[in-house]
This record gives sequence, C-alpha cells and structure tokens, in this order.
Amino acid sequence: MKKLSARRRHPLAALVVLLLALACTGGLYAVFAPADKAQADETAQSLTIEEGKKLYTVGCASCHGTGGQGTSDGPSLVGVGAAAVDFQVGTGRMPAHTSQAAQIPDKRTIYSQAEIDQLAAYIASLGAGPAIPTEEQYSPEGADIAKGGELFRNNCAQCHNFTGKGGALTHGKYAPSLEDVDPKHIYEAMLTGPQNMPSFPDSTMSEQNKKDIIAYLGEVNSDKSESPGGMELGGLGPVSEGLFGWIFGLGGLIAVAVWVAARTAKAKKS
Amino acid sequence: MSTNTSTESRSRGKAPAGERVADWADGRLGIYSLAKANMRKIFPDHWSFMLGEICLYSFLIIILTGVYLTLFFHPSMNEVEYHGSYIPMQGQLMSEAYASTLEISFDVRGGLLIRQIHHWAAVIFLAGMFVHMMRVFFTGAFRKPREINWLFGFLLFVLGMFTGFTGYSLPDDLLSGTGVRFTQGAILSVPIVGTYISMFLFGGEFPGTDFVARFYSIHILLLPGIMLGLVVAHLILVFYHKHTQFAGAGRTNKNVVGMPLLPVYMAKAGGFFFLVFGFTALIAGIASINPIWNLGPYRPDMVSTGAQPDWYMGFAEGLVRAMPGWEINFWGHTLVLGVFIPLVLFGLFLAIIALYPFIESWITGDKREHHILDRPRNAPTRTAFGVAWVTAYMIMLIGGGNDIVATHFNLSINAVTWFVRIGFFAGPVVAFIVTKRICLGLQRRDKDKVLHGRESGIIKRLPHGEFIEVHEPLSQEQMYTLTAHEQYKPAEIGPTVDENGVKRKVKGSEKLRAKLSEAYYGEESQIPKPTVEEYKEITSGHGHH
Amino acid sequence: MSSQDNPEKNLPTAQDTTHGAVDVADEKHPFADPGLPPHEHRIQDIDERAAKRSERTVALLFTLSMLATIGFIASFVAIPVEKMVYIFPLGRISALNFALGVTLGIALFAIGAGAVHWARTLMSDEELTDERHPIEAPPEVRTKVMDDFRQGAKESQLGRRKLIRNTMFGALTLVPLSGVVLLRDLGPLPEDKLRHTAWSRGKLLINQNTNEPMRPSDIVVGSLTFAKPEGLDEHDHGFNNEIAKAALMIVRIQPDDIKDKRTLEWSHEGILAYSKICTHVGCPISLYEQQTHHVLCPCHQSTFDLSDGAKVIFGPAGHPLPQLRIGVNDEGYLEALADFDEPVGPAFWERG
Repeated sequence: MKKLSARRRHPLAALVVLLLALACTGGLYAVFAPADKAQADETAQSLTIEEGKKLYTVGCASCHGTGGQGTSDGPSLVGVGAAAVDFQVGTGRMPAHTSQAAQIPDKRTIYSQAEIDQLAAYIASLGAGPAIPTEEQYSPEGADIAKGGELFRNNCAQCHNFTGKGGALTHGKYAPSLEDVDPKHIYEAMLTGPQNMPSFPDSTMSEQNKKDIIAYLGEVNSDKSESPGGMELGGLGPVSEGLFGWIFGLGGLIAVAVWVAARTAKAKKS
Repeated sequence: MSTNTSTESRSRGKAPAGERVADWADGRLGIYSLAKANMRKIFPDHWSFMLGEICLYSFLIIILTGVYLTLFFHPSMNEVEYHGSYIPMQGQLMSEAYASTLEISFDVRGGLLIRQIHHWAAVIFLAGMFVHMMRVFFTGAFRKPREINWLFGFLLFVLGMFTGFTGYSLPDDLLSGTGVRFTQGAILSVPIVGTYISMFLFGGEFPGTDFVARFYSIHILLLPGIMLGLVVAHLILVFYHKHTQFAGAGRTNKNVVGMPLLPVYMAKAGGFFFLVFGFTALIAGIASINPIWNLGPYRPDMVSTGAQPDWYMGFAEGLVRAMPGWEINFWGHTLVLGVFIPLVLFGLFLAIIALYPFIESWITGDKREHHILDRPRNAPTRTAFGVAWVTAYMIMLIGGGNDIVATHFNLSINAVTWFVRIGFFAGPVVAFIVTKRICLGLQRRDKDKVLHGRESGIIKRLPHGEFIEVHEPLSQEQMYTLTAHEQYKPAEIGPTVDENGVKRKVKGSEKLRAKLSEAYYGEESQIPKPTVEEYKEITSGHGHH
Repeated sequence: MSSQDNPEKNLPTAQDTTHGAVDVADEKHPFADPGLPPHEHRIQDIDERAAKRSERTVALLFTLSMLATIGFIASFVAIPVEKMVYIFPLGRISALNFALGVTLGIALFAIGAGAVHWARTLMSDEELTDERHPIEAPPEVRTKVMDDFRQGAKESQLGRRKLIRNTMFGALTLVPLSGVVLLRDLGPLPEDKLRHTAWSRGKLLINQNTNEPMRPSDIVVGSLTFAKPEGLDEHDHGFNNEIAKAALMIVRIQPDDIKDKRTLEWSHEGILAYSKICTHVGCPISLYEQQTHHVLCPCHQSTFDLSDGAKVIFGPAGHPLPQLRIGVNDEGYLEALADFDEPVGPAFWERG
C-alpha cells in the first residue's frame, strides 16, 4: 500500500493541497464568520456598552474618572472585568457613600440586573478582565462538599470564620458574613478580590475548587443549613457560648437558687 | 461496752427492717455517732449560699456524663478517612479522636445531648465557681477559720480551668487544635527549659501523635481525681466549720441559725441537684455548644478567625492579645517576653486573690474566728480591692474576645486592643476609687437610718409652713443588724522607745503594715458607727423636728 | 515581734450581746440584739386546705417527671437520630436531641421542683439554732498532744540516732528521682528539630488547592495562595508535623511597592513566599489584606507588613515572618532556593 507521504512529490500534489486549503478556509469561514445574527449581537453589544457608559457617567465617573482611569477617590477600573462590576454593584457596595470609611459595606442594590450588566459591559470594554461567571460555574451541582470544606478552612476561614460568619481585620476593616450571599457573588469575590480581599484566580484555585467551596457554604451557611445541637448562638464559638452560659445558664440557676432559698409567705403578713 | 451490747440485744427484737440495717451498719461504721452530730445540723438559708451547690452539682453532672462519653470516645490520633453519616466530612482525613466525636454527635442516639450537657455543665461549673468565690470574698467568709478552705476552693477553680482546657482539646478539631498550638507556643517561650517541656509533652514536635492520649488521661483521671479529693475536703470543712451567716437578730458569732439538714435542707439541697441537672439538660436540648462538625479536623496549617478558648481561659487569652511583642536576643538566646510575661502574669494575677486572706489577716492582726459575714459596704477597702480585681479580669476577658467585640460594635480591633492595654491598668484604679466611695456612701446612709429612722415618703406640713418628711424609727431588729458590724482601728507602729529608753528599730514591714492598716481602717476608709450617745441625743431631741 | 501583738489593741470590741435573751432596747443599749424573732406560721401550717393544695402540687410535679421520663424513652425509640426539624426560634435542629433534652430536663427539674416545694411549704420552717464551738483545742488538749508527740519522737530515737535520720532523709530524697528519670522517654530532645523544615533547594512549590506546581504567571498581583513542598502528601505519616513548619503563604506585590530590598531579592518578580506560621505562638496566619499588604493573625492580632520584610507592625509577635527564597526552575516552575534561613514559628530560648 502506497502511503500518502509517498505521493507528496506528485506534480498535482501542490494543486490538491491548495484546493484542500481553500476548501477548509472557506468552510471555516462559513462556520465562524459573523452571520447577520452575529452582526446583530455585536450591535446589541455596542448598544449595551453605550448604555453602560451613560450609567457610568452619571453614577460612577465622579470617583473613578470619566474613562474609568481612576481618581484620588476611586481606583482605576481598567482591566477589573465584568465580574468585579457585577459583584460591587450587585451587592450594593457601589456606588459608595464615601471613600474615607475603613471599608465599604454592602447595601441595598440600587441598579437593576440589566443596568448592572450594561455597566459591566462598559467596564469590560475598557480592558480585559474576568467575566461574569455562568450559572453552571457556580451551581453546587457536581461539587464535593467535603473537599469544599477543606478548601474553605485553608483559604477562607481565617478571615470569614469556620462557617462564614465573618471576622475582624485591622483598623476597622472586616471580612463580612457570607450568610445569604448569592453564590454568583461569592464566585466573583474569589475571582476578583474586592477591596482588601485577596483574589483567588482560576490559575491557583480551579473552577472546580470554587464550586466546591460554594457548595460547602450552601450546606453550612444558608437558610437550609442545619444546626443539630440547637440554637447556634451566632456560630461565633466560645465567646457567644460563654456569654450564653453565664447569662442564661448561671443566671437561670441563680434565679432558681433564689426561689429555693426564699422564705415562704407567712400567713399573718399582709 | 456494756451499753453497746444492751442496745444490740434490744435491736435484735422486732425492730423494723430499716432500723436493723442501720444497727448493722452502725456496728461496723459507727454511723450513729456521725449522725448524732450531723443529722439535724443547721444550715442558714440564703440564695448566695447555694452558689457552691451549683458548682458541686455541675461537677457531679460532668462526672456522670463524662463517664458515658468515655464509652464512645477514642483517644487516638491515628489518621482515618471519614465515612460516617455526616455528609460534609466525607472522605476527609482526620484523627480517630475527631472521627469518634463525630460519631458520638451523629450516630450515637443521645450522644449529642450528653456531649452538650457535659460541655454546658463545664461552662456553668467554672462560672459558678467564679461567682461563688466572689461571694466568699466580698462577704469576708474567707477569714479564720476558713482560709484553708478558701485555698481548696481556689485550687478547684484553677484545676477546673485546666480540666476544661484538656477536655475541649480532646476532639482534635481545628479550634481546639489552635488552642493547643497556642499552649505549645507559650511553653516554648519559657526560658531554658521551654523546648524540652514542649518535646516531652507532645512526644516530639508539634502536633505529633501523642497529645490526645496524654490529655485524655490528664482530663479523665489525674485532674478530676485531685478535684474529687478537694471537693470532699472542701465539703468536710464546710460541715466542720458550720456555715457562716449574715448578721441579724439572734444570729451571733457563737451560733448558727437556720434549717436542719433533715428534712428541710436535705430536700432543698437534694432537690436543687435535680433542678441544676434538669436545667442543664434543657439548655443542652435547645442550645448548641462546640459544634465540632463545623470546625473541621485539626491541621496545623489551617485556622479560623474568632479563635477563642472557652470563657475561663479567655482572661489568659486577653493578656496574650494585649501584650506588646517584646523579644530580647542576647548571647545566642532569646527571651520571649511577649509571651512569657502574660504567662507569668496569669499565675500572679490568680495568686493575688488566692493569698488575699493571708494578706488581710496580716494587716488586721486579727486572730479570732469569724462566722458572721460582712456586708461588702462595711469593708470598703476589701470590697474596692475585689471590684478592682474583677474589673481587670473582665477587661482581659474583653481583650480575649477583641475581634468579636470589634465586629459586633463596629470598632477597630486595634482600638479595642489599645483600650484593653490601658484599661488593664486604669480600670482597676477607677473601679477601686468608685467602689470605695459607694461603700462609704452606703455606710453613711445606714448610719442616718439608724439615727433618724427610715424615710417614709410621707410629707408633713408644719404649722409655720415648713415641709418635712416623716422618718419612721427602725425596728429593734433592723437597728441591731445595721450596727452589728465591727470596726477596726488603724494599727499604729507603737512606741519606738522601750521602757528602758532604748530606741527600737522599726522594721520596714511594720511601717508597711501600719500604712496599709491606715488605708483599710483610717478615717478615710470607714464611717464610724452610730454611737449610743449620738442616738440618744437625736432621739431625745426628736420633738424639735 | 511586738508589732505582731500591737494591732490586737486595735481590734474592735465585739458588741456585748447577751445572745438568745430578748433584750428590750433600754436606755443603755439601744442597739442590743433582740434575739430571734418569734416564729410565724405559713398558710399551710394553719390551713389544711392550703397544705393539701401544696401536697397536690408536689405530687403533680413528681407525676410530670414520670411522664417526661416516659417521653424520653419514647423519643429515644421513635425518633431517628438523623431527623432534623425546624423549631422557631432555635433553627433547623436535631429532633432527637431536642426531644431528649427537653424530656430529660423536665423529668429532672420536676423532681427538684417537687422536693423544694415540699420543703418550702410543708416541712417545718421554724428556724433552729446550733451552738458553735471554737475550732481550736483547749490548752490542756494541746499540752497533751504536744507531750504525746515528744514522747513518741523520743521513743523513736530519731533525734538521737543522727545516722539513721540522715540516711533515711537521703533515701527518701533520692527515691523519687527514679520517677523523674522514667519521664525522660516522654519525647526526644529538641536538638535542632525546630530549625529545619521540609524545604530545601530545588523543591517545587505545590499549590495546596490543586496539588500542582505553579508558574509565575499563575500568581497574579493581589492574589493569595498556599503552598507546600513537593513530595509532602496529606496521607504521609508525619504530614502534620512537617506542614506545621513548612506551610507557605504566597502573594504577589508590584515590585515597586516592595519597600525592603532583601524582600524583593528573595522574591521572584514580586512573588513573595512567607511562612504561614505566626512567629508569636504558631497560629497559621493568613488574613491578607491585598491593598495594604498587611497580614493579620486571627489568634492574637499580630500584624505583619509583607511588603516590608514582614515586619511586625502591631500585636504581640516579636519578630518578622521568615521569608523563603524562591526562584524558577528550568521548566518554568516556582521552586525554593533554600530552606528558611531561620526557625519558623514561635520563638524559643535557643533560637538566638
């Protein structure tokens, strides 16, 4: 059997290769070239960016600069990516009341999700950055809860507590409680490292790792989490347990002791 | 002997079965002589006298539940992969100790309840001992003849702290492991022998594979054994000394007024055991404590924020957190003052309160027995000292939880730490001054009451238009109660020249003592009790009011 | 020693009370002790119906206890151990734990409440008086004891036969030494164990999340990663002892922001590897604030500035976190260039 390689010096070989190459290119073009629909998407995208820019100019530019280049009141947003915008605005941290506080707290969200997407698209257009994760990325399906717990204790618990109840940082800063935080926002926070939180990019903490962590949080810190022993007393550990033990435990027992030792009412009195 | 045989022969008759058993026991144990002195022993009734009972019963509860827990707990640090019923730990590597604690919590029916009763009772036990100790302190119940019993109680408190520490370290979870790591770091700071003690305690480098088994025998055998002995001695002395009582009509230093052991006190004390046990069980049924499944197995490279010990170690934690990081290097050695000073302070601070009875009796020179309790206001300096001590203790407790305080009151953790650093020194001083003022004010009020009677709240208009409040005279009993306390005179150094005219050397300790005595009992430190003369003068002039 | 007796004069004079006798407050003694007030009866003492009511209450409490115990046993049998229920305001809790705790609590509490109610309302509440006797023995007893002791001591000849006494004390002093010697094998000597870690030249930095070696491009500015030395596996015997010293925290800071020259030299293009073990008492420290480059210890709040040689800027730690010198190997992976040049973790006497 003659191998293909044996025929490569055939006079027609060059022609065959050329034809093949043309066919492939054409085919690939047919597959990948922006069709009409794609073109429509692109216009929609640029429209979204336009809308986002308008919103940005009104709500954000005073601190972050007209082109997102940053001012003394707010950092540059070039390259922070859509995920950062979705997190900051989606959790109500942005727009902030002031840049002077130790930390910008989460508040009621004032933009609709559609507006946030527009803002995110505009910021993403300024420079490449992490995109907003898809639901598939952060849904707890297919995640290993136990592995998530281990990852959480290694990467997160030092600031956010064993089950994500939050904790103190230096000079009035704090790691917030993760209770009732949207899994998407948790994912985005890990990805982008908002404020003083370090980031955990996919290069060092894989998508699966993040999924595991989110699944673990869903298990131990959500409205369906269980506290088998009873009231969890804030989940803060021995401080709240000690307070409860003193006030209700010993306090209750002293109240009982007062009853035990009290004199019984006398018949004559009153 | 002859009387003995006669009672025996009499009891062989048709005495009821119970009596026959008692006779049998008496012939071997001499229980009648014991019962003669004790069966109708009198105990005064006051709620604050039951604080010690809370501790005693908590201790019994801890022993009962602890024995149950040993049936299921594996004190081993062998690594196992978890495949029990708690989902979020599946496949995790952990020590057998941690795995068996998960099993007690999730697979043994009632295991979780017993674990929680055990832990809650421990928290209450230590809190109860603290309050009991303060009750004894502020009422002066530690005075002769009870100094030894005070020391027994103090030792129980300290041993209770360490029994608690070794106990909550056993599950080998991430929180308690962090506490053990802290202990190891503190041991390393001890000059010269630190590294050796650490290697010996942990069987090598931290964490090793030995400490759970070693802590286990300390926790379930060594310390509780000593504590049980001390508890028995403590109780025997309470019986032997007979309980103290507050001053009141008919209550003197030579008697004790109250209810007999059989039946009232036995029913009340026995009943109180069930009340304490029942209450603790209720708490364990509704409130979670030390949910180790949330904490994860111990790994020396992992940690959680809010890493605190149980409350009774919180004071030591506060000292460590507030201390600046002093470290001195010299001749190839390191003196880790930042850790070692808090370690020493921890011991000293507790020792002060333990030795207080001896200090006070040295200042007063009083060698008499005291069975009548002081009202705290009538011993202003002692009370002020006690409040100062408690203030320092509480400030350090805040320091031990500085991160939780910071997050829950929106404060800077650095500011909280600075508050604790300053407060540890300033707080007790302020507390001392304020408490003493309050005590003196209350003494003055008591004196006014005795001399002028009780404010009745009835306003009377005199014929010439002046308004006065009618004061009702106190009853004889109240009058006695308010004037029953004793007042010391400050000690003087005494003649510095003896009868032969030779100058005596005044020792420094004498001067110190005179100074302290002045501080305790000088004019600034107590309001003289109303005298008979004052009373007569005012009562005779009552009509002029 | 005259000072010892001196304050005796300053002792308060005990109020002269003729105890027991009811003094009428007369002209001379307005504050005298009137003695125990006469006993007053409770309702239950004079009204049999009230007493009956008390009796019924006590019996009811004891019955309640019995019912609760039955409830305890029934719960134990009927409720599966893994069942969770939502109970306001306690949360989603174990049904069994709640049922057992409440029934046991009631069963015990009711017994106690019954006994106390019984004691308070039905048993006599007349206050009785006991005499106290001095704890100290009377002088003649003291003399007797002292004489007996001297007699015994003399008969033993302990004081006279000094050789026996001295050798006995010697033997008793030495014999506990055996016990002390036995403790020697509790652990090894420290030697230089605290000075070395599992790191050495050429060991790759393994990302703890992914168990893979890392390239410099993986570590972005502002990120935080934890690493262990190549070849150390969780399943290894002694893993905990090794990771307790070798745990590493990796951050990346813009080289321009690094203040300390050596810190920058020991880094790889701003990638810094520090010991994760706090130099105070050994907590794993990793509360990294990426904007300030400060890292805080969750246990005792020691704060270190990673951009400045991990100097201590707050809290009780006494010296900076040790930095691991890192580089990149031929395949482009981050590797250690040496072990730590100083002991990691808490300071100790021999550290120097």
